[in-house]
Amino acid sequence: MSGENLQEIREIISRAKLWDRIFAIVGLLSMLVGIITLLALTLDLAIDGVPRLSGQFFTSFPSRRAEEAGILSAWVGSILVMLVTGLAAVPLGIASGIYLEEYARKNWIADLIEINVTNLAGVPSIVYGLLALGLFVYQLNLGQSILTAGLTLALLILPVVIVTTREAIRAIPSSIREAAYAVGASKWQTTWDHVLPYSAGSIMTGVIVSLSRAIGETAPLITIGALTFIAFLPDAPFKGEFPFFSFKWLMSPFTILPIQMFNWVSRPQAEFQINAAAAGIVLMALTLAMNAIAIYLRYRFRKNIKW
Amino acid sequence: MVEKIETGHSFSSTVQPKAEVRNLNFYYGSIQALKNINLVVADRQVTALIGPSGCGKTTLLRCFNRMHDLYPGNRYEGEILLDSDEVNILSRRVDPIEVRMRISMVFQKPNPFPKSIYENVVYGLRVRGQAKRSLMDEKVEKALRSAALWDEVKDRLNDLAFNLSGGQQQRLCIARALATEPEMILFDEPTSALDPIATSSIEALIGGLKEQVTILIVTHNMQQAARISDYTAFMYLGEMVEFDSTKTIFNSASKKQTKEYVEGRFG
Repeated sequence: MSGENLQEIREIISRAKLWDRIFAIVGLLSMLVGIITLLALTLDLAIDGVPRLSGQFFTSFPSRRAEEAGILSAWVGSILVMLVTGLAAVPLGIASGIYLEEYARKNWIADLIEINVTNLAGVPSIVYGLLALGLFVYQLNLGQSILTAGLTLALLILPVVIVTTREAIRAIPSSIREAAYAVGASKWQTTWDHVLPYSAGSIMTGVIVSLSRAIGETAPLITIGALTFIAFLPDAPFKGEFPFFSFKWLMSPFTILPIQMFNWVSRPQAEFQINAAAAGIVLMALTLAMNAIAIYLRYRFRKNIKW
Repeated sequence: MVEKIETGHSFSSTVQPKAEVRNLNFYYGSIQALKNINLVVADRQVTALIGPSGCGKTTLLRCFNRMHDLYPGNRYEGEILLDSDEVNILSRRVDPIEVRMRISMVFQKPNPFPKSIYENVVYGLRVRGQAKRSLMDEKVEKALRSAALWDEVKDRLNDLAFNLSGGQQQRLCIARALATEPEMILFDEPTSALDPIATSSIEALIGGLKEQVTILIVTHNMQQAARISDYTAFMYLGEMVEFDSTKTIFNSASKKQTKEYVEGRFG
């Protein structure tokens, strides 16, 4: 190779490397914008809210006096609504995902359904609220209850659960399916013994992430008529006397954490702003905890699986 | 029945046919992948399918356990008769699961389930509703011994199958295929993902297995076919060019194409 040629190659390399460096700087700056903003918001919330977090805050109903107010009805409501959401959306979503991926024939109807499900995942949440108001509240007369709220949020996350299930199932290599079929397994045996267990980690991750989105949803629940001031708890699901459990709580009116926050933020007094910040911390902690569980589950399930 | 084979080959009197392929055509959608295939698979012998890539040998192998039924748009024409009871396993009336319970398969790449060694071997029995622990233990040991893996894994049957080496994983897959005592085992290039030492152990294993089970093996390695098979079928462009005893195919093939292929002049 002549010296001139080598010179040329070196120039090309240094030009290429310049772009490397430029992108590294641009990328770092972009990342910092996101991280710093998030950190600032969280810190701000923490500085305002942390001093307000006490046992009393978790065990008190809302009150006209800010220092006596608490989030008891809100966190209980949030958890009960999530329970209904999970119980409704998880089996429906996973079953639909399995059906679409393993059982349904691949034709234009399947494509149409796929496009629709993906689109549904992007529909604004308030639209689901309107749908639920018409369907659950007026048509089915379920009232402005925990049941209605849970089902509304279940509808909201159903497309996401279906899509995650399908993606998780699709990630199972066909060689594993063929291995099961080759020893004489039926479709259901292959799905139940292999496809589902091996994709369970990813499916659960998706489910938890979508639940953690649902727990912060406000608009659709305001639409169906969640109350902003609830000074009682729903009926307990377990009883001392026969038949030991009750479903009355499903029909109870409710409030949830983000609505409680919204209510406090809209008050003029500064003390209520502090309550709102504290409730915000609780909500964020719940979301982070759910995401942590998701990450842990993914790690646990993937540990033994190498394709 | 042997006279029907166009290649004119006939078995020696001690060898019985196990399965007969008659006028088999196979289509992937509108593409015809197999053209009028006729073949006799000898009972408890090793029959090798050889030919260049894309000649249809794997497609033919996967007809034997109806693997093509798993994917839409595939179509069979013709028959594969199992001689034990004259069942045409390609018939729509025959459930592919029934076929797979009689004829098992070992794949190109080792594909153990991400479960324990024990659970891998026993899965075929579980599918058949077997739940008796003592019987399963017995069958696991028998299958692992037949697959020459027992001594290496007997102390860690509950370990994950992924912790085994590639060759051990493939022998585990062979044990899985053997555990249900099939009438026939299909091998789809079982050593193509393995190193030479693992390959020779698998080859030795196949040579020993033919005493208990009929073996049909696809290989792109001609030396392998020459080493381990009793009968060899040479395929080209979806057609059966020549079928005869391995000795004849490799020493005095009657068709020019076969000769050129086994001498390594094309393919």
